[in-house]
Amino acid sequence: MTVDTKLPYEKDYVSKFSEKRNEPEWMKSLRLQALELTETLPMPKPDKTNITKWNFSKFDHDVSGQEISSLEELPEDIKVFLDMENKNGNLVIQRNESVAYKSLDASLQEKGVILTDLQSAIQEHSELVQRYFMKDAVSIDENRLTALHTALMNGGVFVYVPKNVVVEEPLQAIFWQEDPKVGSFNHVIVVAEENSSVTYVENYISHNQDEEAVANIVTEVIAHDNASVSFGAVDNFAKGTTVYVNRRGIAYRDAKIEWALGQMNDGNTASENITHLIGDNSVSQAKAVTVGRGNQIQNLTAKIVNFGLNSDGYILQHGVMKDSASSVFNGIGKIEHGASKSNAEQESRVLMLSKDARGDANPILLIDEDDVTAGHAASVGRVDPIQLYYLMSRGISKQEAERLIIHGFLAPVVNEIPIQSVKDQLTKVIEGKVN
Amino acid sequence: MAGSTLEIKDLHVSIDDKEILKGVNLTVKGGEFHAVMGPNGTGKSTLASAIMGHPKYEVTSGSILLDGEDVLEMEVDERAQAGLFLAMQYPSEISGVTNSDFLRSSINARREEGDEISLMKFIKEMDASMDYLEMDKNMAQRYLNEGFSGGEKKRNEILQLMMLKPAIGILDEIDSGLDIDALKVVSKGINKLRSETFGCLMITHYQRLLDYITPDYVHVMMQGRVVKSGGPELAQRLEAEGYDWIKKELGIEEETVEQNA
Repeated sequence: MTVDTKLPYEKDYVSKFSEKRNEPEWMKSLRLQALELTETLPMPKPDKTNITKWNFSKFDHDVSGQEISSLEELPEDIKVFLDMENKNGNLVIQRNESVAYKSLDASLQEKGVILTDLQSAIQEHSELVQRYFMKDAVSIDENRLTALHTALMNGGVFVYVPKNVVVEEPLQAIFWQEDPKVGSFNHVIVVAEENSSVTYVENYISHNQDEEAVANIVTEVIAHDNASVSFGAVDNFAKGTTVYVNRRGIAYRDAKIEWALGQMNDGNTASENITHLIGDNSVSQAKAVTVGRGNQIQNLTAKIVNFGLNSDGYILQHGVMKDSASSVFNGIGKIEHGASKSNAEQESRVLMLSKDARGDANPILLIDEDDVTAGHAASVGRVDPIQLYYLMSRGISKQEAERLIIHGFLAPVVNEIPIQSVKDQLTKVIEGKVN
Repeated sequence: MAGSTLEIKDLHVSIDDKEILKGVNLTVKGGEFHAVMGPNGTGKSTLASAIMGHPKYEVTSGSILLDGEDVLEMEVDERAQAGLFLAMQYPSEISGVTNSDFLRSSINARREEGDEISLMKFIKEMDASMDYLEMDKNMAQRYLNEGFSGGEKKRNEILQLMMLKPAIGILDEIDSGLDIDALKVVSKGINKLRSETFGCLMITHYQRLLDYITPDYVHVMMQGRVVKSGGPELAQRLEAEGYDWIKKELGIEEETVEQNA
């Protein structure tokens, strides 16, 4: 039996949805074009995981959430992601795909920095959004889910940093799915113009244990010449949400894109994080950690493609698996012909905490150029009894020793998260999931 | 307060069904420094590991008592909490766990909940001990033993010893791989602990450690047993004459465990 992935959404619905949002013609026609493509395009086929029976069709689409006038109004479980003492002035909070709160330092506004919800950006910076939305990074016709994403896109954030502007303070977005059935077709665009630099951190939060919902997320990061983007994320969708998340980076000459992804969803998740090192000397580090629990199935792909000369890609994936959870970690380093002096490194490690859990580390190097360096390390194993012995020999209990080893194992991403409150939250989420 | 007493009686230990220790008897009391010497492969490190509870070593018979309590009945962490400490020959590297977080967890593990060491006090103690051992301060924030040189690992073991203040410290070849300056610093740290409440069991096959840390008792191990005990003069004779005279005296042809298993 296959679940019907055909949608209850027709052309008429999509047109009206776009009109209701006063979208420009280009956006509406792109949505309709994408909707048509959903009829013919195949589903994405993550390596070694069959997602054809996953729920991608049951969700509420046209939803809204109330604005808040002060951060104090937020419930505690959302507040914890914010630094309430030194309030971050660069923040967008989205509630059920509607903007609940947004602010950006005046000094950054003066420099031309944009941090706003995508819906407003489409109104206020239509040309700029049109220039980047599903263009250089992800395209609408990659698969049925990217097409569907485009047709039904109902939220997201637009970040734009002009030439030569260095944004010191991190920009933060919180995507809060308050309604348990809300479908998140969130689209995030981060554009860093020449010689600019920005750090962006996002959190996805939902609480639906039994109610089913879908998250179909596309993120596009564009780092122009000599720009630097540091992208941190904590995905924390609850068990009821099926997640497809496609995060794509494009790095031009001398640009750098660093990903630190805490993939802490509790539901089935297919994630692809792909970075194209287009320009010479471009660099990307893609680090991701996950904790799988229950009978959750995950397919996590990290891929860096070297096109530019002397470009450098590093992938790190660490996963902790417990209960009957099952995860496939695909690490793909690809060096295109002509990308000489390039480097592709990767490390995938899986720590198994139960005998019923499954973890596959699947390292792949595809190299079409001679004068390059590449390497991979992959391992699947249990907590090392000698490490446990060492920690316990100092009086630390077995449980605490295991906790230290697991947190240490996930530290490569936790330590990269630039906002302390988010880092603390990620640590707490990990704590909650492994214990 | 009088020190603790560690009693090892007729201890037999196997690894992978091969008997390494064949009846070791040894008693270490608070205030005493014991050196266990002997050529390689005679079971010295096995003794240290068996006392601490290394998962690969199986005690097949005999007993280990700490102040009359059965150590063999205790989990590894309970042995540490009871007052035992082993400075290991090959400490594990643990990625992602900082040296200072690890040390603080270790100290708090032996304190009651609600009575944890304050961060200020901890940092002060750690700084002082690191200064004493001439350690680079940034080692506090480095991951536990990860990428440490051999010498750094040994100093780090002694740092833990100084901060955890056990009743009985066992040092497994703490001198191996140390140059003379590092050996002096490490010895200085160990000597600082000398008191009525601290007993020490040093395992080494070099006399040179004993030039810096004077033992009260010296024991020689061969074939998985303590074959000779004496005072510091025994170590000096071993340094001057080697082990052959003991073998001759006891009629031992091959000192290692391997040949006799």
